[in-house]
Amino acid sequence: MELPLLHLALVGTPNSGKTSLFNALTGSRQKVANYPGVTVERKEGFFVTPLGRQVSVVDLPGTYSLRGRSPDEEITRDFVLGKASGEAVPDLVLCVADSTNLRLTIRLLLELKRTGRPMVLVLNMFDIAARRGITVDVDRLAKELGLPVVTSIAVRKGGTADLLKLTDEISAKLAAEAEANSWRALSVAELRATQREADRIIADCVSLPSRPDTWTARIDAVVLHPVGGLVVLALILFVMFQAVFAWAQPLMELLNSGFDMLGEFVHATLPAGLMQSFLQNGVISGVGSVIVFLPQIIIIFLFILLLEDFGYMARAAFLMDRIMGGAGLHGRAFIPLLSSFACAIPGIMATRVIDNKRDRLTTILIAPLMTCSARIPVYTLIISAFIPAKDVWGFINLQGLVMFGLYAAGIISALAVSFLIKFFMLRDYAPAPFMLELPDYKMPRLKSIVIGIYTRAKMFLVRAGTTIFSMMVLIWFLASFPQPPAGATEPAIDFSLAAIIGKALEPLLAPVGFNWQIAVALIPGMAAREVAVAALGTVYAIEGGKEAAEQIGQVLATKWSLATALSMLAWYIFAPQCASTLAVIRRETGSWTWMAVTFTYMLVLAYAASLLTYNVAVALGAG
Amino acid sequence: MTDTNDTRPHMPLGLAQRGYTGVIQQLSARQAGSALSDIELESRLIELGFVEGARVEVLHEGLVGRDPIAVRVDSITIAVRRREAMAIIVA
Repeated sequence: MELPLLHLALVGTPNSGKTSLFNALTGSRQKVANYPGVTVERKEGFFVTPLGRQVSVVDLPGTYSLRGRSPDEEITRDFVLGKASGEAVPDLVLCVADSTNLRLTIRLLLELKRTGRPMVLVLNMFDIAARRGITVDVDRLAKELGLPVVTSIAVRKGGTADLLKLTDEISAKLAAEAEANSWRALSVAELRATQREADRIIADCVSLPSRPDTWTARIDAVVLHPVGGLVVLALILFVMFQAVFAWAQPLMELLNSGFDMLGEFVHATLPAGLMQSFLQNGVISGVGSVIVFLPQIIIIFLFILLLEDFGYMARAAFLMDRIMGGAGLHGRAFIPLLSSFACAIPGIMATRVIDNKRDRLTTILIAPLMTCSARIPVYTLIISAFIPAKDVWGFINLQGLVMFGLYAAGIISALAVSFLIKFFMLRDYAPAPFMLELPDYKMPRLKSIVIGIYTRAKMFLVRAGTTIFSMMVLIWFLASFPQPPAGATEPAIDFSLAAIIGKALEPLLAPVGFNWQIAVALIPGMAAREVAVAALGTVYAIEGGKEAAEQIGQVLATKWSLATALSMLAWYIFAPQCASTLAVIRRETGSWTWMAVTFTYMLVLAYAASLLTYNVAVALGAG
Repeated sequence: MTDTNDTRPHMPLGLAQRGYTGVIQQLSARQAGSALSDIELESRLIELGFVEGARVEVLHEGLVGRDPIAVRVDSITIAVRRREAMAIIVA
């Protein structure tokens, strides 16, 4: 007999290891993080119990109570109460606790019990607790709470065996256990009473060692030092950006020569004509010039994932809270903004952890100013073509330094914009509180890092294969048609649609030093910023005709003045054109207005910055 | 455990220096001047473990205005701004 799908829901406080348990149960490709509240989206996975029962499990956003003070926490509350629209009422709620830190979870559990749902307490990270000398009387805890209690070690193979067994036992007799919901929002007195009750139960069932985690204390003594902590933070960011340049270089050169060889091969094999031009100039040089940046994107995600899993992100928020507060930002905005260095889209989505509407809106508006990984191809290309690769003061790479400067410019303008928003638009406003748990440090797990990076790399490659590819076909088409008349002496591209469009836009962009080739490249850059590089590659490759095998960077170095190159860099600090970011802003703010505001202000800033850069550079003789 | 501290003067945690250790005597949200309503602030503090009788220690403070502070509350560490910590009366 086929039993119906068993619905499980994972509930717990932030940092309880809910997501790692979810991964262990379902083997799904999710990321694990330490930052409170990172689990913002609905995540469902499936598995089969040892006795063959099909199970669906939903990983709910972390919460400290069922009051639902943010959209995330409302989801958790409604889901558990069976009030979430379109969701099945969970058959069994797994309340996940960090065994080293039971206090807040037990209070939450006492509140959850009132919902009448069948429930199990899962003592996760039981190995870490044991190592620290924390002993839990599991049987007594189960008796006090009136619930089954099971231990688990989510990150170890077989660490969830007991939980799986228990799930089978419980599912066999579930129907008899359903109780009426008696939960309603708790008053302050009731909250206090539940916390007291939780403390009493813990005092009875758990023996804590006299010393807390010494490693966390030792690390925090350095990284949370008022001055030293900021130095460490700056150092981490600096190393990250140097690494993006220095470590990725050999791999990028390898990929580059690979695509060059492929292009040569196509050129040599196919007869001259449209097909040859399409494959070599449109597909290989276009898509290839974007895929080359995969190593850099992997490195930047490696850093972000490591810092998240280690537990450093909450510390960074702590260090930055007052500094960002000066610019009208909440400390919690630091994580979304840092994620935006990888891509503004997950960054903007991560703003859901900010429960105050105004703080959230400000963060969304400035997130696209953080230098996302899609800008790296553009920066890299121009920097390597125009900035000499020499060392400054003997050990700092000048190219890396310029890159650092561009990132810094993005950050500074984001802070300035935020300050202006605070000053002009949303003045009468008391700052929202900053309350954040600083979790104990945890060794990042190789598996979760690998899964995280793999997911990102796949996303990037899929984008390169779809959006970027179709844009490249379009650009190639525009740059190749109409064909020049017979006997024409000028380069073929001068007769194309691309030249017509580019030249029509040229007067607008001439004051910032952009030629018509750049104007053409900026249009498909709307789909994805990095496409601009590929588009330049295609335009110049077709213009260059048969001698186009040389690298796009070398071409630019001969075709552009230094002033134009610097102006392009300044443009890309702001670079308003990214259709997917704008779409996410519309979705997350629920308003076309805020999307239009973002686009307009970034366009104005980009134009102004380029205008200034170009004219200063020309005045200094770089024209 | 509170009675051993009866001799110490009561003060808001928001004024405590780094290294301060004490025990929470009461919550008084009205003193905080937070953006949150009194009930909301008190509820959140309780949910993060700030209840009467809990041991607190100020572990770290930020650079600007010595704010925010990282407070050890029994077995966990919570970062909170001094403005909100004014609601926590310790001795």
